[in-house]
Amino acid sequence: MRIFDPHIHMTSRTTDDYEAMYAAGVRALVEPAFWLGQPRTSPESFFDYFDALLGWEPFRAAQYGIAHHCTIALNPKEANDPRCLPVLDALPRYLVKDHVVAVGEIGYDAMTPAEDTALAAQLELAAEHGLPALVHTPHRDKLTGLRRTLDVVAESKLPTERVLIDHLNETTVKEARESGSWLGFSVYPDTKMDEHRMVALLREYGPERVLVNSAADWGKSDPLKTRKVGEAMLAAGFGEDEVHRVLWENPVAFYGLSGRLDLEVPGTEALHEGNSLLRGGE
Amino acid sequence: MPITPITPEEPRPAPEPADGTEAELRREAAELRERLSAEGADWLDGALAEAARAAAGPAPAESRAVPGWELRFAAAGRACGTEAAESARVLLLCAARPGPAALARLYRHGTGEERRAVLRALPRLPLAPGEGLPLVEDALRTNDTRLVAAAVGPYAAAHLDDHAWRHAVLKCLFTRVPVRALARLPERARGDAELARMLRDFAAERSAAGRAVPADLDHVLALTAKDA
Repeated sequence: MRIFDPHIHMTSRTTDDYEAMYAAGVRALVEPAFWLGQPRTSPESFFDYFDALLGWEPFRAAQYGIAHHCTIALNPKEANDPRCLPVLDALPRYLVKDHVVAVGEIGYDAMTPAEDTALAAQLELAAEHGLPALVHTPHRDKLTGLRRTLDVVAESKLPTERVLIDHLNETTVKEARESGSWLGFSVYPDTKMDEHRMVALLREYGPERVLVNSAADWGKSDPLKTRKVGEAMLAAGFGEDEVHRVLWENPVAFYGLSGRLDLEVPGTEALHEGNSLLRGGE
Repeated sequence: MPITPITPEEPRPAPEPADGTEAELRREAAELRERLSAEGADWLDGALAEAARAAAGPAPAESRAVPGWELRFAAAGRACGTEAAESARVLLLCAARPGPAALARLYRHGTGEERRAVLRALPRLPLAPGEGLPLVEDALRTNDTRLVAAAVGPYAAAHLDDHAWRHAVLKCLFTRVPVRALARLPERARGDAELARMLRDFAAERSAAGRAVPADLDHVLALTAKDA
């Protein structure tokens, strides 16, 4: 089972996780820029974080045979802090980088006017940079948040077909699907989706445009949930081709819209055009 | 899967840098073009022309956007493929000849790949002695072995003081960067009794822990002899 986790915050995970993910079949992942748990108070903290997503973290992933890409954005929660807003002005210099495969994660947290502004501005940035966008739906008042999100997307220059709406569940999947967006589901130990409900939704709606992620971060979460969904799908009678479509082809197709997806795991070889390196094999 | 190890090979001297003359650049660009698709080769031609224009005249004062060649510098991976991107970026730097401030900015704002290209281009750029040193020192503080290897090229050999250079040697051994990445290693190591002491202490520490001593350590130790 070859797995692409389209949403996981590896900055918060250990090397044991990388090792277990590789063993479970994960060969590629996307790490969206997001909140770190502790609020930041200056743009410089974001820049160091973005630089890590484009420097240190891909190196860590490559050591374990996993291709690492990221999405860059000012997240909605911190968009409410005026001290962090200058991050928006600096985004263009990050959005031109190789390995930045979307703007994200953006969306709503508490649905404030500041979040409206940040979401609209960053959808425009995605359109200008030829990037798709990863838009999450809020944890509180989710259905209202989804509708407002879809309205803002519809008003933006970014076609809905280039948007992945994430953290969907039974109450939001139908409207998101009708919008024409890609559909993201985060599978968690206690909250969000679980693997069996995920299988039920796949039965009802099919695998088209569906992406499944672990969204693992610094909270209670499980970086192997993608694999567990694949196994639950097989146990429920889905074919391997359908599992492959959900866990590999769909994320490749969505992030491939950026034209920047490179699934070859770069060697961690120390020498240029060198030798002496294992390419993700044993 | 175990962490991907770097297998040190039989050390050989690091290559000397090309001299960065225009003829040399043209030759290198032609060689790189051979490795690219037709589309990639066209991209490279356009990017190098843009970089050369940037070198010819300063950008319009405080012009609005990022200079075009810097956007090409960022996009080299998707335009040329990951494999050829580093060579393309080094050529762009040689053609654009950024000053120390612009170079430091490109490094600071750079991805891992972009930082490596800046480090590799250092000996070929018009810098006053030591002006690129802070970038080398920054890279040597990281644990990204690809950055460390790019940092210990000819520029580091020419400009790092004895203390910093010895620590760079030790860092290579420590992080399993093959010591052939170290430019002018035999020349700088010859007769360096302090480096020899550090190497012996490091070997003793490894042995005390029951761990293997890096294979290149004896090679470097032999180079520290006065008559090596």
